Amino acid sequence: MTLDVAWAVDWVRLSAQTVTEHRQELIELDRQIGDGDHGENLFRGFSAVVAKLDALPAEPADIGEVLRLVATTLMSTVGGAAGPLYGTAYLRAAKATGVAQLDSHGVVALLEAALEGIVARGKATTGEKTMVDAWTPATEAAVTAADGGASPAEVLAAAADAAHEGAEATIPLVATKGRASYLGERSAGHLDPGARSTELILRAAAQAAA
Amino acid sequence: MNDSTREHAPVALVLVSHSRALAQGAVELAGQMAPGVLLIAAGGMADGGLGTSYDTVEEAVVEATGDGRSAVVLTDLGSAVLTAESVLDLLDEDVAARVRIADAPFVEGAVAAAVTAHGGADLATVLASAVHAGSTFGEAAGAPAVAVAAQDDGVLRTTAVLRNPLGLHARPAAVVARMLAAYDAKVRVNGANAASVLELMKLGATKGVELRIETEGPQAAQARDALVAAVEGGFGEI
Repeated sequence: MTLDVAWAVDWVRLSAQTVTEHRQELIELDRQIGDGDHGENLFRGFSAVVAKLDALPAEPADIGEVLRLVATTLMSTVGGAAGPLYGTAYLRAAKATGVAQLDSHGVVALLEAALEGIVARGKATTGEKTMVDAWTPATEAAVTAADGGASPAEVLAAAADAAHEGAEATIPLVATKGRASYLGERSAGHLDPGARSTELILRAAAQAAA
Repeated sequence: MNDSTREHAPVALVLVSHSRALAQGAVELAGQMAPGVLLIAAGGMADGGLGTSYDTVEEAVVEATGDGRSAVVLTDLGSAVLTAESVLDLLDEDVAARVRIADAPFVEGAVAAAVTAHGGADLATVLASAVHAGSTFGEAAGAPAVAVAAQDDGVLRTTAVLRNPLGLHARPAAVVARMLAAYDAKVRVNGANAASVLELMKLGATKGVELRIETEGPQAAQARDALVAAVEGGFGEI
């Protein structure tokens, strides 16, 4: 079983849906340790992506084209740090998926490229209470699943599960990157909104493949 | 953006802020001290809300680097840096090569970089001036020199008394820094580097204060005379 452009389009639409559903939750999480705009920013960004997708004259040719559209639109419309971070992630992922069909290892390559993009852009590492704390275990779980012979859908499900674990594990952490780092010790005890949105987006990817 | 027919300085500045008003205010503040430098505000989202817009920053960088200019980008908070870096990543390589993002305080860096750019400095020098602005308010720039060298060390020394009512505030500090850029000389005022507007302002020198002026270099005497004349003339404010 492989994933094609229809999966990518579904992933985008389901991402927009989940971000819309969790908009208020992300706003609340970000209000506790940031500037409170993460939910609104992602809602605006993914809404714009869907609008652009709907306006395309023809179906996108391949997965890379969809991911590139997501990247440039998020960069232009999100506004907060999530714009360039997710934008770079999708851009790197687009470059890593120059094929029409993704098998399990192709999915891993996509996730690895996205993580590398986020790390390169945000210069964060694990344990700093950022989205890297969700992306890193997600990518590791994807590698393990793919090596064990899992299907692309199973690989993405494993990644989403690990992202959930990683996001929850940010709660006790003290932020040392991003706006939350200004709070120092007071940032402990709160779930990182970027880690939470990562989990939501990876869950959407898994649902689109299911 | 600018109807002036004058040619711009070779290095322009792009001021990226989450707030449109903050970026515009910084442009206004820096522009007052550096006419002729292209300063572009790239603040806020397209709808005027708080945030940094990729498109706004990209447009600003493209305009700043027009006519072969280089550009230094100053940013306020973290995501402004990320947005600016993303823009540079996707820009034509030959344009991106002429752009630097300064790891510098937004307002102080903008003012220092603008004044340096006004003197016709190159990209690396303007960048260094922005970055250095971060430490200007850290230590006492006006502290006495650690060791007063022997008097035949090639340094010309004199004093002049500030006469204008407000002393060495922002405008005269910029006048001094700009004026001295024309001379091949190193100038220190009460130990502060006279090429740095921020160091001069930080002296907090008020009316009646005696300034110790030290100059060295091929045009040390000319620089000294010009500075003494400006100080004693009250910078045209009296």
